[in-house]
Amino acid sequence: MLRLEKRPSPSRFWLYATPPVAVLLTMVVGGILFATMGKNPFEVIRTIFWDPVFGEFAFYLRGQLLVKAGPLILIAIGLALGFRAGIWNIGAEGQYIMGAIFGASVGLAVFPTESRLIFPVMVVAGAFGGWVWAMIPAILKTRFNTNEILVSLMLVYVAETILAKASTGFLKNPEGMGFPGSRNFSSYPAAANPELIAGSGLHWGGVAALVTGVLAYILLTRHQAGFQIKLAGQAPRAARFHGVSPTRLVVMCMGISGALAGLAGLFEVTGPAGQISIDFNTGYGFTAIIVAFLGRLNPLGIVLAGFLMALTYVGGEMASTNLGLPDAAIQVFQGMLLFFLLAVDVLTNYRFRLAVGAH
Amino acid sequence: MKRRNLLASAAMGLMMATGAFAQGMDHVKACFVYVGPIGDGGWTFQHHQGALAVQEKFGDKVEIQYQESVPEGADAERVLTQMALGGCNIIFTTSFGYMDATNAVAAKFPDVKFEHATGFKRDTPNVSTYNARFYEGRAVEGLIAGRMTKSNKIGYIGSFPIPEVVMGINSYYLAAKKVNPDVQLSVVWAFTWFDPAKEADAAKALIDQGVDVIASHTDSTAVLAEAAKTEGKVIGFGQASDMAEYKPSPRVSSVIDNWGPYYIERVGALLDGTYQQADIWAGIKGGEVLIGEITEAVPPEVKAEAEKLRDDIAAGTVHPFTGPLKKQDGSDWLADGATAPDGDLLGMNFFVEGIVGDIPQ
Amino acid sequence: MDFGGINPIILIATLMASAVPILLAALGETVVERSGVLNLGVEGMMIIGALGGFVVAVATGSPFLGFVGGAVAGAALSLIFALLTQVFLANQVATGLALTLFGLGVSSLGGQGYNGIKPPRTGPLLPDALADLPVVGPILFGHDWVVYFSIAMTAVLWWVLKASRVGLIIRAVGESHEAAHALGYKVNRIRLMCIAFGGAMAGMGGAYVSLARVPQWVDGITNGQGWIALAIVVFASWRPWRVMIGAYLFGGITVLQLNLQAAGSQFPVWLLPTLALLALAGDIILREINGKNYSDLRKVFYFFATVNALQLLYLSWGKWIPMPVDYLSMSPYLITILVLVIMSAGRRGTANGAPASLGQNFHASR
Repeated sequence: MLRLEKRPSPSRFWLYATPPVAVLLTMVVGGILFATMGKNPFEVIRTIFWDPVFGEFAFYLRGQLLVKAGPLILIAIGLALGFRAGIWNIGAEGQYIMGAIFGASVGLAVFPTESRLIFPVMVVAGAFGGWVWAMIPAILKTRFNTNEILVSLMLVYVAETILAKASTGFLKNPEGMGFPGSRNFSSYPAAANPELIAGSGLHWGGVAALVTGVLAYILLTRHQAGFQIKLAGQAPRAARFHGVSPTRLVVMCMGISGALAGLAGLFEVTGPAGQISIDFNTGYGFTAIIVAFLGRLNPLGIVLAGFLMALTYVGGEMASTNLGLPDAAIQVFQGMLLFFLLAVDVLTNYRFRLAVGAH
Repeated sequence: MKRRNLLASAAMGLMMATGAFAQGMDHVKACFVYVGPIGDGGWTFQHHQGALAVQEKFGDKVEIQYQESVPEGADAERVLTQMALGGCNIIFTTSFGYMDATNAVAAKFPDVKFEHATGFKRDTPNVSTYNARFYEGRAVEGLIAGRMTKSNKIGYIGSFPIPEVVMGINSYYLAAKKVNPDVQLSVVWAFTWFDPAKEADAAKALIDQGVDVIASHTDSTAVLAEAAKTEGKVIGFGQASDMAEYKPSPRVSSVIDNWGPYYIERVGALLDGTYQQADIWAGIKGGEVLIGEITEAVPPEVKAEAEKLRDDIAAGTVHPFTGPLKKQDGSDWLADGATAPDGDLLGMNFFVEGIVGDIPQ
Repeated sequence: MDFGGINPIILIATLMASAVPILLAALGETVVERSGVLNLGVEGMMIIGALGGFVVAVATGSPFLGFVGGAVAGAALSLIFALLTQVFLANQVATGLALTLFGLGVSSLGGQGYNGIKPPRTGPLLPDALADLPVVGPILFGHDWVVYFSIAMTAVLWWVLKASRVGLIIRAVGESHEAAHALGYKVNRIRLMCIAFGGAMAGMGGAYVSLARVPQWVDGITNGQGWIALAIVVFASWRPWRVMIGAYLFGGITVLQLNLQAAGSQFPVWLLPTLALLALAGDIILREINGKNYSDLRKVFYFFATVNALQLLYLSWGKWIPMPVDYLSMSPYLITILVLVIMSAGRRGTANGAPASLGQNFHASR
């Protein structure tokens, strides 16, 4: 009979070995799934994991990995700070939308003025929009002890309605023949967020994501605030004795995660998405929660997890288009990958022991 | 390698559109980008039926590829680029929100044909647009509604306040009012394309208000299912697909999105070398809008009247928007005998006179 | 009896049915969370239940068996979550979200071929004669059996959690798994059973969508109701009767806003400043009762707020405008937040009722 036994300290070997093991297990089980659907499992697996990075069109798709991973990483890092402190911001999707709307409004308000200042101001406005939307649950929590999970989640739906209103109303493109959607930023250079190096997929959002990853790492390992965050999550009572103000912590963590989600929205709307539209948001805010935990709430881990998620999206699309797999099969495959990653993680902190004669 | 160079040079703007659409092809790879899952039973399902029709018509000469549930924006651009790189000859992008992505990618791949549904932008010669005059079908529905209602209250469930939807509401109301001057229209905005439970609630709300004929511009069958619970007191229409499972009542007729003929025509033109850039807005006449069978729940004379309207619209002798017409605020829109220009319809953001309530702005 | 063109009796009857999926799923999740487990995969379990219920009902022709099938399907999916979190000690938040992704995918794959089929009808439980009684008829007697089941489950779970031994054990495990373990309870086994129960309830809720609310299978049919259910559990401070209130409140406002649109109701603009004045007055009265002081800043604020509100009231007096539809469609979410704020403001400083071990995994070291 097997039983779990806690390791005295986390295994460094398994810390790095679990992700590849999980990916391998997913390939095996996923391969069986694809085989039962009448597809060549090796071909599918290769299309998902190999082709986007090394295949025929990798020159294009590698950049797309960055496009897809950027917002996930940016949002997930902000969320991870809060999660570490035990503050549950589930509504990053709403903050992402509001960041995009705030930033885009600023840019469209001054259309067609050309000035180098416009884009930086929009960036600030985007971060501000996400911050404001996150401050609602934060203040309700600190003032009235209202649960932030519920408030932040409900505000996602409110933000979606505001988004619909924006794209059919106050941000509608006046030259769009009455169709919903704002002007496209790609035709407004002063406010656009184009690729910095052609074909690389790198835009300011990707830069921000990578920089934020490093900054968050420094914050958590070197800075007093990082210590407070960790302490508040692990031992709330001890944190209070150390003079950590719960109110300040909530406002700070919600504020940072909201602002980062808002930034992600702003970079997305001015860059890859190009415009405000009814269906502008595509669930980055929710997927980022998974990314945060896959990265073990560690900024560097999150960067890697973000790229892994992006790979399954981009590779999954390829498999779906080229091999005729239903989109749902890719979803199932992604779910399995997450399950394995989460399950195998147990080996980092625990080991299996044969309990002889224990029954 | 070759395609790689192509993308790179196109991105630098060195590659000019060749415009050479002339020669035919032996084999066409036709690709489709869908906004929802095929299993949505409505919009995407119907586009996929069109794709299957192409496959059936041309057999080995055509290879079909498609991608479901592609979000509008950055993801659409990537999927389109992948398809173009992967050797698709013609790509159908089946949602309005793909407009900018379609044109952006088309500029980079001058040899690939792009067909964008319901949009108006054709920045490069290899982009065509196509749409269907669903409002023609709405007029037929409106006539049936005006004749069939006993409470003189008819309903319409709108998705978002956009011209496409507003156009349908106006057409439905005008046709109903023409045959029944006492008719009143209630509009409910669901603010979603697809949310079965909410659509059912919206239908229930209309029914509770005494509405007995409901048309909808949301994608699921929930509205008909809700009407079915009244056991014949309330009727409705199939939307996007025929929704034949609710025959003979509550589904008394339907407006079917029928993309097959257009897709076959375009892929066929590519095969035989007659392909040209186009801006198609066909309706009942072109076969893109089908009026589903009018069931026996409708009296024969009403059925005949509705079929006549359908045929007259197809023949071009009747236009659903014919003056004199006023806008809701009382200002003049169309003079006596004038018909609405397409530009007015495509950008329609007002209700016609007689409809109560505001379009949310 | 009509208010603004809306019949409150029909409205209540409608909301009772439309709240069932959220109510069932939220009740199940309440038990799960009371045992200290946070399963964010409600949406996934609901949609699997919606498909499972639909398939079984179509195959057997029995809606009742359909609901059983939905419950079984939901429970089966939840066992993946149980395995991962209780055996492999995986993070609950991430696992729950992955479960939603997985459930949506599996349902979409499994649902191919079930489009455009009508399931057997789930009709009213009681004879029509009862349902036709004035006032009480539609509200009390006009429903299908699942509506009564959902209310009964609320009562049963309230009793179980409050007064029964099983409930005591569940709560003990949720408050302090260490202590419960020390007392000899198998923490992970108890949690596993709670998770499966939660899955079954979510599955039934999903089946209600595909068999009664919409009667149809389409991809993504539950469309986010699982998320609302999660929010309602928090709203209810993990108590069954409040779950019911929350589900009815949310469902009620959703139905009400659609009815207001359908009725073409007008919105009284003057109501807004009136409400603001009432809120100000209420605040002052509460302060007087509690004998609290007024800071200078507060006095200035009261003064300007009152002047502004009076001015607005004067300007808008008697004015009605068409319903602002877009704001109406936000209202279910906003009002839920508002009610929660009012409820939690009264209990400032105290814990909001969350089980102490919520979201933490347990591993018995010996």
